[in-house]
Amino acid sequence: MSPSDPSTTLSDHSPISRRPTWLLLPPLAWLGAFFFVPLLLVLAISFATRGTYGGVEWTFSFANYVTMLDPLYLKIYLRSLALAVATTALCLLLGFPLAYYIARAPARWQGIWLLLVIIPFWTNFLVRTYAWMFILRTEGLMNTLLMGMGLIEHPIEILYSDTAVLIGLVYGYLPFMVLPLYAAVERLDRSVVEAAWDLYAPAWAVFRRVIWPLTKPGVIAGCILVFIPSLGAFITPDLLGGARTMMVGNLIQHEYLVARDWPFGSAISFVLMGLVLLGMLVYLKVERARQGDETVSWAGGDRQ
Amino acid sequence: MRGRRAWLLSASLADLVFLYAPIAVLMLFSFNASRLSATWQGFTFQWYRLLIEDVALLAAVQNSLLVGVISTIIATVLGVSAAVSLERVPFRGQRVVEGALLLPLVIPEVMMGVALMLFFVLIKLPLSLVTVTIGHAAFNLPIVAVIVRARLHKLDPRLEEAARDLGATPWQAFRRVTLPLLMPAVLGGALMAFTISLDDFIVTFFTAGPGSTTLPLKVYSMVKSGVSPVINALSAILVLVSMALIGLSLALQREREGQK
Repeated sequence: MSPSDPSTTLSDHSPISRRPTWLLLPPLAWLGAFFFVPLLLVLAISFATRGTYGGVEWTFSFANYVTMLDPLYLKIYLRSLALAVATTALCLLLGFPLAYYIARAPARWQGIWLLLVIIPFWTNFLVRTYAWMFILRTEGLMNTLLMGMGLIEHPIEILYSDTAVLIGLVYGYLPFMVLPLYAAVERLDRSVVEAAWDLYAPAWAVFRRVIWPLTKPGVIAGCILVFIPSLGAFITPDLLGGARTMMVGNLIQHEYLVARDWPFGSAISFVLMGLVLLGMLVYLKVERARQGDETVSWAGGDRQ
Repeated sequence: MRGRRAWLLSASLADLVFLYAPIAVLMLFSFNASRLSATWQGFTFQWYRLLIEDVALLAAVQNSLLVGVISTIIATVLGVSAAVSLERVPFRGQRVVEGALLLPLVIPEVMMGVALMLFFVLIKLPLSLVTVTIGHAAFNLPIVAVIVRARLHKLDPRLEEAARDLGATPWQAFRRVTLPLLMPAVLGGALMAFTISLDDFIVTFFTAGPGSTTLPLKVYSMVKSGVSPVINALSAILVLVSMALIGLSLALQREREGQK
């Protein structure tokens, strides 16, 4: 029973339940003024039009949302989507064995492994992205090493491409995948997996029919936690991608600061936010289902 | 069984190499004597010396610290008051308020950046360290609130009630009983907010004006102008500083659990 449960307090009129609600006002006011009002402004401006000199003219229209359907912009949206999906898939592929290993390691090692996964995540993102510029550029470490070993004759041009952006995104968001996966595997009953092995299930079947169904909520959580920031990425495509590998984040920045078309930039941001919130809703639904009843996923696993 | 574990272990070690090799390589080459090539040409401290002599860099560090300290104080005070009032006062619309409080954590940072910039320009508040600080306090407030609330949730409400029964005013009971018990979480949250503020690039990028260059903005402009061992040296320092800050934050949170 949690302390917040009213029945654990002495009575409904216990002193704590009378903690002043006005305490909530300052934080809400701050977020209201410096988060929600700005957000609403973006929404309002997305229906306005660009003035001749880059200002905003308050004439209501859906023109900005229609412009977004232009193949030029659709391509950027699709590239972002494709890169975000690829990043998520690669993170899952790389992260699952690691999460599984950590969750099955002796308790005292688990903390150390988790810490090792978290540390890079807390390192400055610019620095981590710069590291890949250093490694991948034409006269960078990778090409120097490969040419030194005689494996290639000419440097591989990989920086400023979609591949470089993908590497950077996977590198940046892998910890987001590992942590929820670890939590899911940790909850997975060892004996269920052992039973499958004892019944001579082949490795693939053990994974496909026992481990995967039982850890699915963690997989979904991890995928969404990776997908959302990848979709709205800005630094990674800006530094590792070239002018031809723009993602939505860069397009927004470009419209605001370079093209100075604030209404169009606002419309793009709103569509991006809509996609992100949609992902978040799915995540919350999955979380709630998982917390609701563990046996449901059990049954689901058995029926496969 | 043994074969499976060996396979998992090697896959996990490969992941660790992937996560750490780039950072390690970056730090190693900050001591490389060659300016342009990625081959090792001897050991030197000269890039670190160049860093220390860079006056603009020092100004950027000062700006970052100023923004970090002030925005952390604001975010911590507001975040703690949000956490305290949300815990144990079930009221109508609480779910909406809770959702609203979490929204800044999920929306794309680019969007938060442009929204704030738009807002400041429209209310004619010149983009400066002030606007950067306001933005940082806004995205750090929910982070502090979440961390403090997690701790508050585990506290025994009877402790504060006992203080009240013994005649303490609500403020005294909070100040002398609850707050000391919350302190590790408050400090841990504040430290996390400070670290995030020091590292933030995107919101800062949109809300900073001329003369309000912070450290990440400086790093960005250096990186944009090309790879150089000076950036490697600066990166090495930044990596060590964030590791120290995170170590401290984790130690505080461990103490939090230890007290339980």
